[in-house]
Amino acid sequence: MPIDTYQKVILPLLGAAGVLVVWAIVSATLAPDLPSPLRTWQESRRYILDPFFKDGEMNQGMGRLAFYSLVRVGKGFALALAIGTPIGFLLGLSRRFHQSFDPIVQFMRPISPLAWLPLGLVIFQKSEPAAIFTIALCAMWPTVINTAVGVRSISQDYLNVGRVLKLSRTTTLRRIVIPATLPYVFTGYRLSLGLAWLVIVASEMLTGTPGVGGFLWQEYNSLVYSHIILSVLTIGAIGFVLDRLMGLVEARVRIS
Amino acid sequence: MAYLEVRGLRKSYRARGGVTPVLGGVDLTLDEGEFVAVVGYSGSGKTTLVSLIAGLVTPDAGEIRLDGAPVTEPGPERGIVFQQYSLLPWLSVRSNVALAVDAVNPTLPASARRRLTDELIALVNLTPAAWKRPRELSGGMRQRVAVARGLAMQPKLLLMDEPFSALDALTRATLQDELLRIWGERRTTVMLITNDVDEAILLADRIYPMTPGPNAVLGPAIEVGLPRPRPRRHMSLEPAYQKARQALVEFLRGRSRLASTAGHPREPRPRAPIQ
Repeated sequence: MPIDTYQKVILPLLGAAGVLVVWAIVSATLAPDLPSPLRTWQESRRYILDPFFKDGEMNQGMGRLAFYSLVRVGKGFALALAIGTPIGFLLGLSRRFHQSFDPIVQFMRPISPLAWLPLGLVIFQKSEPAAIFTIALCAMWPTVINTAVGVRSISQDYLNVGRVLKLSRTTTLRRIVIPATLPYVFTGYRLSLGLAWLVIVASEMLTGTPGVGGFLWQEYNSLVYSHIILSVLTIGAIGFVLDRLMGLVEARVRIS
Repeated sequence: MAYLEVRGLRKSYRARGGVTPVLGGVDLTLDEGEFVAVVGYSGSGKTTLVSLIAGLVTPDAGEIRLDGAPVTEPGPERGIVFQQYSLLPWLSVRSNVALAVDAVNPTLPASARRRLTDELIALVNLTPAAWKRPRELSGGMRQRVAVARGLAMQPKLLLMDEPFSALDALTRATLQDELLRIWGERRTTVMLITNDVDEAILLADRIYPMTPGPNAVLGPAIEVGLPRPRPRRHMSLEPAYQKARQALVEFLRGRSRLASTAGHPREPRPRAPIQ
């Protein structure tokens, strides 16, 4: 057997099997309310095998629910980039701007989505824009900070080329500062997307909007515990795929 | 008045350990179309001198005039070939050169700028690699791009800061020969910084030796009486070559000994051997 298959396929499968065994033992002994892997599968298969059925607002296939969540995350993420990227460049380029706003950035960064969401509801009166507001506000910080760091770590050699050529401010920005910063910016985007996906669950749970997170909370209230596990696994799988996709984009930027 | 006039140039750097006086009053002149080299030990302040003339760094005292005009800021009329190439890695060879061509000739039509760029790339023999990124090139090829970019600035004075020091000996020899050929075609005024005595003699009309720092100054210029074109072969047997070499080495060795017996306030930096 090639060593590569062993390391990339067999070992991860062994790890997953180990987790399943622990899960089965825990549900059989310590936590009788926790559905076993087999029961979870039996009660969830319809949601996976027929991912786009719709019986009601909160009873839909995982494909549909994930789609709602992804659209919401997409909007919040796009807003986070649209606001975060220019702020990051300003923080990196202007000492004054940095002195004025860096303390605020550092102050707002650790605030939890749970704290922003009620404020969003107060401002927007509706749950959907409040959720997007919360996602954007929580997800933008890695973009802001990475972009600012990227701008500040541009090699003086590159900037000297611009100075000797007497490039205008806009040309320097376009031809030197932005391309030199791009790898940092995309690392920020990847981290931001991860955060946006983390926030979605909290915001859907609190607002009760249809989506994976909303479904999870509703099924908890309806005591269908196997569907909590189904939701958790779906969230994990989608988060994993999103991170890999952004990783590919990031790698492309790094090469060019 | 000479084309480039440098008078009493002083520069110190402040660091945590205190003030390091790098240049202690440098005087230097260059005529138009002349090829002048500055030779000195590594760490004696040669790069500082280039940065000052380029306008990237402001002097503590002294004056720099090029073609009558005082130097106060960087500008393409003092083109630079940087020691570490400083090519923009996200641009192709062509775009790196075109960036300079476009910056210096904003009024020229696009087709003429394209032609200028192509000519420069052909001049340094990089036409087949024009669309490659710097990372795909060898060190020698990268430095050719840097030379093409320096020439693209159509400089009154081309500053070359140890351009070949990072290259292996064979590549260095090739590039030296090419620089001789290009200079023969273009007659750009060049100031070359180097720590290689033979390189200086091969390339330059006149050579200023630099005393080891701190407070480095330039010794009296030594004329290289070799006729051009200068074929590399047998050159070291020419009496003019040996005379220039002896004068340079004696000055540099003598100053080095003087400096080490005088006792520095701080440890002198390690020096590359003068061959």
